[in-house]
Amino acid sequence: MSVLLTIDGNRVSVPAHTSLLDAALTAHISIPTLCRHEDLQPKGSCGMCIVKINGQPGFKRSCVTEAEEGMSVFTSTPEIRDIRRGILELVLAAHPADCLQCIKHGKCELQTLAERFEIRDLRYDRYARGLSVDKSSKGIVRDMNKCIGCGRCVEICGETQTVASIFFRNRGADTIVAPPFGKGMGDSVCVNCGQCVVYCPVGALYEREQIDEVWKAIDDPRKTVVVQIAPAVRVAIGEEFGLKPGELCIGKLYAALRAIGVDVVFDTNFSADLTIMEEGTELLERIAKGGPFPLITSCSPGWIKFVETFYPDLLGNLSSCKSPQQMLGALIKTYYAERSGIDPANLVSLSVMPCTAKKFEADRPEMNASGLRDVDYVLTTREIARMFRQAGIVFADLSEKEPDPILSGYTGSATIFGASGGVMEAALRTAYELATGKTLERLDFTQLRGMRGVKEAEVDLNGLKVRVAAASGLGNARKVLDMISGSSHRGEPSYHFVEIMACTGGCVGGGGQPLPNGLAKRECRLEGLYAEDRGLPLRKSHENPEVKGIYAEFLGKPGSERAHKLLHTGYSAREGW
Amino acid sequence: MNEKTRITQFAELEAPLDLAKYIESGGYQGLLAAMAKTPDELIGIIKDSGLRGRGGAGFPTGQKWESVAAAKEPYLVCNADEGEPGTFKDRFILEKAPYLVLEGMTIAALAIDAHQGYIYIRGEYPEIAKNLATAIEKAKAGGYLGNDILTNGFSFDVAVRVGGGSYVVGDETALLNSLMGNRGYPMLKPPFPTEKGLWEKPTVVNNVETLACVPIILACGATAFSSVGSRDCPGYKLFSLSGHVATPGVYELPMGTKVREVLEKAGGVTGTLKAIQIGGTAGPIFGPVALDYCLDFPSMRKVGGALGSGAIVAINTSVNMAHVLEVTMRFFAQESCGHCFPCRYGTRQLDYMARRIALGSGRADYLDLMRETAAVMVGASFCPFGQSVALPLTSLLDGFGDEIASFITEQDYLKEVEA
Repeated sequence: MSVLLTIDGNRVSVPAHTSLLDAALTAHISIPTLCRHEDLQPKGSCGMCIVKINGQPGFKRSCVTEAEEGMSVFTSTPEIRDIRRGILELVLAAHPADCLQCIKHGKCELQTLAERFEIRDLRYDRYARGLSVDKSSKGIVRDMNKCIGCGRCVEICGETQTVASIFFRNRGADTIVAPPFGKGMGDSVCVNCGQCVVYCPVGALYEREQIDEVWKAIDDPRKTVVVQIAPAVRVAIGEEFGLKPGELCIGKLYAALRAIGVDVVFDTNFSADLTIMEEGTELLERIAKGGPFPLITSCSPGWIKFVETFYPDLLGNLSSCKSPQQMLGALIKTYYAERSGIDPANLVSLSVMPCTAKKFEADRPEMNASGLRDVDYVLTTREIARMFRQAGIVFADLSEKEPDPILSGYTGSATIFGASGGVMEAALRTAYELATGKTLERLDFTQLRGMRGVKEAEVDLNGLKVRVAAASGLGNARKVLDMISGSSHRGEPSYHFVEIMACTGGCVGGGGQPLPNGLAKRECRLEGLYAEDRGLPLRKSHENPEVKGIYAEFLGKPGSERAHKLLHTGYSAREGW
Repeated sequence: MNEKTRITQFAELEAPLDLAKYIESGGYQGLLAAMAKTPDELIGIIKDSGLRGRGGAGFPTGQKWESVAAAKEPYLVCNADEGEPGTFKDRFILEKAPYLVLEGMTIAALAIDAHQGYIYIRGEYPEIAKNLATAIEKAKAGGYLGNDILTNGFSFDVAVRVGGGSYVVGDETALLNSLMGNRGYPMLKPPFPTEKGLWEKPTVVNNVETLACVPIILACGATAFSSVGSRDCPGYKLFSLSGHVATPGVYELPMGTKVREVLEKAGGVTGTLKAIQIGGTAGPIFGPVALDYCLDFPSMRKVGGALGSGAIVAINTSVNMAHVLEVTMRFFAQESCGHCFPCRYGTRQLDYMARRIALGSGRADYLDLMRETAAVMVGASFCPFGQSVALPLTSLLDGFGDEIASFITEQDYLKEVEA
């Protein structure tokens, strides 16, 4: 059913229950807001979106007021503009005036609205909140001096991710967002997924940068800097330079990385194929042994900290495979060091990731297969873009370059690791062919694709109906895990194999991806990955010649002792709330 | 038949927790009468009585009950989060006549078919909360609460929940959030609690005093209740008197009584009256003209004020109105819940400017800026709390603006008084 109403004199027809804010968009009117985000519940906190409805007293928040038949709505009367300017002045009086130094400069929603409403001076006396900046986390910095209290991070952390590591504290003007009991983010249950960073309208939550350290390593002539790039980065980084979301930029990325002085360019996609060999073998072993089921993927470090914290009973179900980042890191400091003759102590292992949790993962004490750190520095997609800009690289115009000839070749299966359901699809392509010895007719497991929170499929492996599921977003993970726990208590089977990604849509929507990073954009990036997969000559991990080569030359076979030493890891329970 | 027609008559017992004494003095007559009625009849009696909610908004109680009549197992919540500054009448009732409130709740439960009730009491009343728990236990032991009340087959239980000390939680939607274990933020209305309240179920939230009136209405009849007070706002009302009056305290007088008479009940104003705040800190501050105002919901609304909780604070000429402004704005800043931007930041700025003024470092342009800030808050605050700051603020600036402005430039107030 639809309703007909008038907004600023435009007659619009919208479905019933549409908010006035969304209804106005159909009349090409963008009502200002500081708290509303299309992916989240309306909060009604900022008050910027007020409108006047004919015949009703006062003003109504258009984010939480539904369009009704016959309404006549005014979105920008002189009174409304005064109130909006008043709110902005009130917020700005409490907000640090350090826009030029702020990490969100140019991408800040408060700054945008201040400009839009021409707030040139403030009638109020400014005041500083004087709060200390929380740098206790490896992934995320929390600066409550800049927080405007919109509550988006609280929702994404508590409701979408069900981690609830941060919540409102204090009252009135002292309200901040913080972990409980005065803890820092690094000491809290925070899993470093960075979704709070994605939805923060200002510079109150942001990635912990390591750009300076990386420049230093690049500029140090004794060091050889070796980089790897995660699957999801290649279809997103273009957005930082005005290209379309989903546009494949891997050739330009290789070129830009060489241009800033990185010595060796590898690709995490290579180790994604390797992961499939190791994890596929693990799956086939478990099928042979009859369990434990389900096998659950382990490439998403936010997910790993989540399961360690909230579902320690299920740690035995996790694949022992390290993530592709850590696998390649370990190979760089061992296989590549050996092959190139470079002292691993002089190798700097750098990774470019869509993810803030990868910073935490690289820092886990056990991630040192060679005795040195597998990965020394992790930069997010946003950080590497900043480095390119600092170096004056006109990214969009770069000619494509090739990576180094080893530890870089990949198949279509590897590239879809960046999509929720992609690891599962890749694993099924390989497991099917290895288990049955037959060639898979249709490679596309479309039921495992897309933005849905939980996706399921069933595959016949030599007569065994293998049930699989893929969940993205930790709230969806929680649903699947509760279902698994419930089934196992009742002695019923659930799944054989489950893929879980911490962020909705998978790594394409990671906490380190270009901003804005909403769900609609993530879908475009997903499409970019599947398009690359479709176009690659090889689309199954076990067909990757370089992967075959490294087993023949160095690792032996999947699941070998050496593979276990370098490519596998373990997990331990963590303290909860 | 019970002769007691007023709450204060039930508040004279030496041992308010002694159930036998309460019954002896006429307690639970109302419940006995209610047991013989159908829910529809009960709602009809309350509607006939004209009882209006005593918490501040003055909503007709019978109408509120009626709106959940069709609901399956609604919740009943007694709002004992008495946070309005200068208000202490619920405290008086809960201390002196706890069974009267429990009896009122039980009757309300019968009327709306509720089986679980909560008393949400402010954290600043820990002793009362303890006593209420004792009273609930005793009422259960006596058969007046719990399973199969008075062997009539009806069951109703009451639990006490203690708040954390927030003023905003006195708002029914914020109260329900707090009761559910959430942060005490207000919720949007509609849906109203009677449609979707506690754990999504229809919920009636009634003030302590409202519920205390209920047994009296049942025992004495709707006509007896409505024969007192104003025509469209009947009954007795408890007024909390404080400030410059000879004997501050709680006084029970008919609705519609003039401010002058209420002040006289409290021994009159000490010194020369300068200002009166009626209905709590979120109400306007009037000059002596208010002495002739009639204290009921419609009359107060007509003069641009609100009866609110029935708090009356008398202020004499020894008081610098710049200090009244400061105290009032500080209250709003301390109690803003922080959910919406206009109130969170607006109260902070109002508090800052008022404090600067009171400390003698105010600026002349603050007064206009304060008005404009209040206008932003009226237009865009999420809940009535942020919108209500304009009432005391603009009334202070309208009535006493010259005095405050002169204090800003001259800081001369104390000199004048001394002279």
